Amino acid sequence: MIDILYFAWLRERIGTNRERLETTAATVSDLVAELEARSEGHALAFADKTSLRVAVDQELADFSAPLAGVREVAFFPPMTGG
Amino acid sequence: MRLSVQEAAFDLGAESNAFAAAVSGAGAVVTFTGLVRDNGGSLAAMEIEHYPGMTERAITAMMQEAKTRWSLVDALVIHRFGVLKGSEPIMMVATAARHRADAFAAAEFLMDYLKSRAPFWKKEIGADGAAWVAAQQTDEDALRRW
Repeated sequence: MIDILYFAWLRERIGTNRERLETTAATVSDLVAELEARSEGHALAFADKTSLRVAVDQELADFSAPLAGVREVAFFPPMTGG
Repeated sequence: MRLSVQEAAFDLGAESNAFAAAVSGAGAVVTFTGLVRDNGGSLAAMEIEHYPGMTERAITAMMQEAKTRWSLVDALVIHRFGVLKGSEPIMMVATAARHRADAFAAAEFLMDYLKSRAPFWKKEIGADGAAWVAAQQTDEDALRRW
């Protein structure tokens, strides 16, 4: 089971901040393909991959990152702190 | 080093004074404060979302990195989340070093990284609705100098 977290406009488009998923996805990209198929909101949220960032177990990662042993994956737009 | 990610407002003067009073062997303290920018009075509020857990991890890593790059006596980061009004302080960075060059550089480094690598997202709420603040390419470019 992997916890999937969404922030900012991804959270708004998908309509939830968290969901739990049983997945066989090997990488973040595979997981995104799975998530996109879940609802129209998901498809809309993941439409523009260039404006997406991902964190795997709370560390910034690439979409090619493997998911073996991972507990938490978060998707969000580029950060605007400071 | 101290990090506080908090919803509550902070007292800039009190925090700066307490930070400066606690550093020994420092000859320079640099502080930076970010305020909610009110674009011509059209902003009703700014909502700041963050990723609890990752926020602390990411900022702690930045602070540790700053300590390896410069000769710092101490560093402080306070960053708020939640709903803020125009002109309210959002965050502050303070650095202390024996000499000012290290304190200035470390403060700028922390600011550049906080902008683009700490998981915060700002939403501007105005009279006509709300909009997420877009990340600037210039903020991303600013990381390359480090």
